[in-house]
Amino acid sequence: MKCASPIARLENQTLDCLMPLHLLVAPTGKILHVGPTLAKLVPATPMVGMRLLELFQLRRPRNVVSMTDLAAVAGQKLYLQFRSTPHTGVKGVAVALPEQQGLLLNLSFGISVVEAVRDHNLSSADFAPTELTVEMLYLIEAKNAVMNESRNLNIRLQGARIAAEEQAFTDTLTGLKNRRALDHVLERLTNSPAEFSVMQLDLDYFKNVNDTFGHAAGDEVLQHAAAILVEETRPEDTVARAGGDEFVLVFNRLVDFEKLKSIGARIITRLEEPITYDGKPCCISGSIGVTTSAMYETADAAVMLADADNALYQSKSDGRGRVTVGLGGGNKIPDAAKQKKVS
Amino acid sequence: MYGLINRSIQCFLRDMYGHEIWIEVSATAGLGPDGFEALLSYEDELTDKVLSAASLSLEKPVNVVLEDLGTYLVSHPNCEPLRRLLRFGGPTFTEFLYSLDDLQGRAKLAAPEIELPLLDLHENGSGNFTLYCSRGHRGFGNVFVGILRAMADDYGALVMLEHLGSKTGVENISIQILESSFAKGKSFDLGAGVAG
Repeated sequence: MKCASPIARLENQTLDCLMPLHLLVAPTGKILHVGPTLAKLVPATPMVGMRLLELFQLRRPRNVVSMTDLAAVAGQKLYLQFRSTPHTGVKGVAVALPEQQGLLLNLSFGISVVEAVRDHNLSSADFAPTELTVEMLYLIEAKNAVMNESRNLNIRLQGARIAAEEQAFTDTLTGLKNRRALDHVLERLTNSPAEFSVMQLDLDYFKNVNDTFGHAAGDEVLQHAAAILVEETRPEDTVARAGGDEFVLVFNRLVDFEKLKSIGARIITRLEEPITYDGKPCCISGSIGVTTSAMYETADAAVMLADADNALYQSKSDGRGRVTVGLGGGNKIPDAAKQKKVS
Repeated sequence: MYGLINRSIQCFLRDMYGHEIWIEVSATAGLGPDGFEALLSYEDELTDKVLSAASLSLEKPVNVVLEDLGTYLVSHPNCEPLRRLLRFGGPTFTEFLYSLDDLQGRAKLAAPEIELPLLDLHENGSGNFTLYCSRGHRGFGNVFVGILRAMADDYGALVMLEHLGSKTGVENISIQILESSFAKGKSFDLGAGVAG
């Protein structure tokens, strides 16, 4: 048995308090009453007297074009959109009023609440005390604040990571790449089809400088030599200090021995220009051994470094200050392959 | 202690007293100049070290430093997001006071690791309240005195506040609202904080 509850005869004022986003619609479709927050959404036009479907477009369900259609979907979730800008989207539910007096529609902003509050300049007084809108806005702001911190933390960590990597791959005295960085470069190149060459360089007479003028002079000579190596190579080449007075240069896409020999010769010429330390000239030179990936069926970093090293020792035993080309395959250099002094 | 709280102490010292003071305090506390990360956790001991170093550098007792921190958190432009979050508590200062009961729960929704003191508001009638502040870091009741003072200003309310000390680890704050709309408060636009 149906029993009318006392709620059936609520004053508009009561409805406004409980549902500030509601409206009452006559069976003809004419709007009879509008809740106070809903009225704020289109302040220029009084909604009372308008037809419901003039005010809203029903987005879902789609086939609702008359009040009869709307009455048929009473109790279902409705998606509506204001026909006027900013076309605020709302969701809602319609229920039939007693004695065929029309419909009561209660609305809510749903997910578009953020835009709605901003676009229509709403305050917490515009929402029913039981609504979670204010809590939702609070959470969105709190989430944004935390995300902001999180983003800043990630940027700082990323910066620290790059700096740490940079430091881990840099020789602190010369600013050149270190042995670890060199190994990475060679690993990358030996795993790629690109041709490249490896040049080993030992400073000659460096021990003399260290013994005669002290370590500070030695450090300055190393820095000076490093600057020459950077100047005489291209940005895409790798210049590394492998330890002590040993340097390794890797040339990308360059396997022409004549070119490599002339680069080596130019480096040696510049190294042989005396460096003044404390008013006294420090004289050094360089011995170089070089090999290229074109000499091998499969380029192996360790074999190439050994070949370049063998060629370097050949340069040293031939009187230093010269460039020798390696044989490939980790072989020692026979006498016939010795190079002429180039500097 | 959660980094967010430590970080706010760091920002307070930097924004109110300058970078040099922070460098001095962090060095005294045995902390690097980069200080705290807001989203990481730190030992409580470190917070105490920073606070006593700040007290030394600023030549102010720790409880005054903490109260100034509370005022800073609400009134400094760099802390606007926090002021806004507190203003969500309600349209009047009295409603804001009522919302303090929920503060711990609200903060946990946003940052689950955060540990704020448990706040319990008792209404004594005729605009008189007592706020009980428990399970927090010792002395943090003073931060709330600063926060409440600045929030009263924000709402334009005339309020008398007093830290009544602590009993068995619970700090008591007396709040007397003399006039709830004494001055025009600062504006609060519900939707202003959401970018888009």
